[in-house]
Amino acid sequence: MNKRLTVFRAVSLVLGFGFLYLPIALLVAYSFNRSRLVAVWGGWSLRWYAALSTDDAFRAAALTSLEIGVMAASLALVLGTCAGFSIARFARFRGRLVFSFMLMAPLVVPEVILGLSLLLLFVASQAWLGWPASRGILTVTIAHATFGSCFVAVLVRAQLAGFDRSLEEAALDLGARPGAVLWRVTLPGISPALVSGWLLAFTLSLDDLVVASFTSGPSATTLPMAVYSSVRIGVTPEVNALATVFLALVIVLVALAFSLIARQERRRPAAG
Amino acid sequence: MTGLDGWRRWALIAPPFVWLLVFFLLPLGVVAGISLSQSADTIPPYAPLFVRGPNGLETSATLENYQVICQGCLRAYSNSLFYAALATALCLLVGYPIAFAIARAPRVWRNPLLFLVILPFWTSLLIRVYAWIAILQPTGLLNRALRALGLSDAPILLIYNDFSVVLGLVYAYLPFMILPLYGSLSQLDESLVEAAADLGARPARAFLDIVLPLSLPGIAAGALLVFIPAIGEFVIPDLLGGPRTLMVGKVLWQEFFDNVDWPAAAAVAMVLVAILTAPLLVAQRVIERARPS
Repeated sequence: MNKRLTVFRAVSLVLGFGFLYLPIALLVAYSFNRSRLVAVWGGWSLRWYAALSTDDAFRAAALTSLEIGVMAASLALVLGTCAGFSIARFARFRGRLVFSFMLMAPLVVPEVILGLSLLLLFVASQAWLGWPASRGILTVTIAHATFGSCFVAVLVRAQLAGFDRSLEEAALDLGARPGAVLWRVTLPGISPALVSGWLLAFTLSLDDLVVASFTSGPSATTLPMAVYSSVRIGVTPEVNALATVFLALVIVLVALAFSLIARQERRRPAAG
Repeated sequence: MTGLDGWRRWALIAPPFVWLLVFFLLPLGVVAGISLSQSADTIPPYAPLFVRGPNGLETSATLENYQVICQGCLRAYSNSLFYAALATALCLLVGYPIAFAIARAPRVWRNPLLFLVILPFWTSLLIRVYAWIAILQPTGLLNRALRALGLSDAPILLIYNDFSVVLGLVYAYLPFMILPLYGSLSQLDESLVEAAADLGARPARAFLDIVLPLSLPGIAAGALLVFIPAIGEFVIPDLLGGPRTLMVGKVLWQEFFDNVDWPAAAAVAMVLVAILTAPLLVAQRVIERARPS
């Protein structure tokens, strides 16, 4: 093997991951900074965490975000699994092209367009149908479930592409009903995609500022909306502490999910 | 064959299909309608497109909103396209060596490395962009480091300009480039490169003639995943850009929230959708083709 090439690869990995992680590492470090000033180290302190724990606005926003996230991710999981399964398994049906376009487009269409278009829909349908009566948690949940389901569909479809069909055929041959095969063979088989799909939809919902800003009303402020309005005023160390808490939460959740998936993958050959 | 037929099929297809029709396609139609209506001091702040007049149904549809865009916002569109293209090129330049190194890493390392690429994507974009403010601002870490090293006397303007916006775009979208590139590069048959080397090709030649062409699907998918969303990005130009950094996403946001001109915002969105249609259709084809059959 070419030695210079090996060095080049190692260097590009170190620089690449340095670029990706340096800002996050600094953020975490400065959340423990006693000083109010950014970039001035005043010694270790937990004062920003203390300030955070008594901040009612942030706490209310966090609860709103969690509520929306859980509902949107669950809805997205159901819709996305149906969609991913349909696209992966039904080679031909009326409207398949439109369907696959609608599943792909929200992944890349700018958030400002998703947010604006949904808001205008809600306003128009309120004028014509009287629904939704007001904008808030429900409308944001619908919006988040819409793009979340597209991400779930991608993961489900990818996992189904590598799924051993002979298991399903065996179950069918042994007399299982198609519905039972779907429920007891296929769905457990793609559970890693289901777990990571739900988590992805959940974190996307927690993270979203733009779509929530458009589709929410005065009754519901999500965490990113609260963070955004405080960041616009200036850099505050309290946001560093909040970011660190969230980072820890996300890392624990994602690591847990991945280890669950890895354990299941290891068990499967032994069981089969 | 899934053993599923008739109504069972449609019971699976219909819920997401109808959902996306109602909450993705229909809203775009509503935007198109409102982009033709006139701004008004009512709630909601636009005049109805059709009114029942003495001569039956009358319309107040106007193309005025589009004319305003032609006069005012063209620069925002060209800027957005330019920033997005530049960020895409830089992501490719930075991401290719990383994806290549991961694809050629020992097998046990690959999944942890990929996990590290994806992890930032799971954390808040808002917070990651915000972290750069602390680094780039005049009293920030980078300027202090430069001064401590004696490389500069006065603070360098690193933020609220084109540089910081492109940097933010590259930083935020890099994982979207690395993942499809890795997908292509990890499927590449190593023996082809070895054969080229055996036949006397230098590494650079083997790379240009074999590795690069075979990774084109990954490059295409990555470029689209970066380019399309970057055009309409709001958070990055808003937090890292200056008052002169115009991008479409920001213009749309300002028309809607600051000027409360919904028809203008809708027109800005419609033009953006029109610009994105071509790359979106290409994206669908690329993604359909990249699908393992």
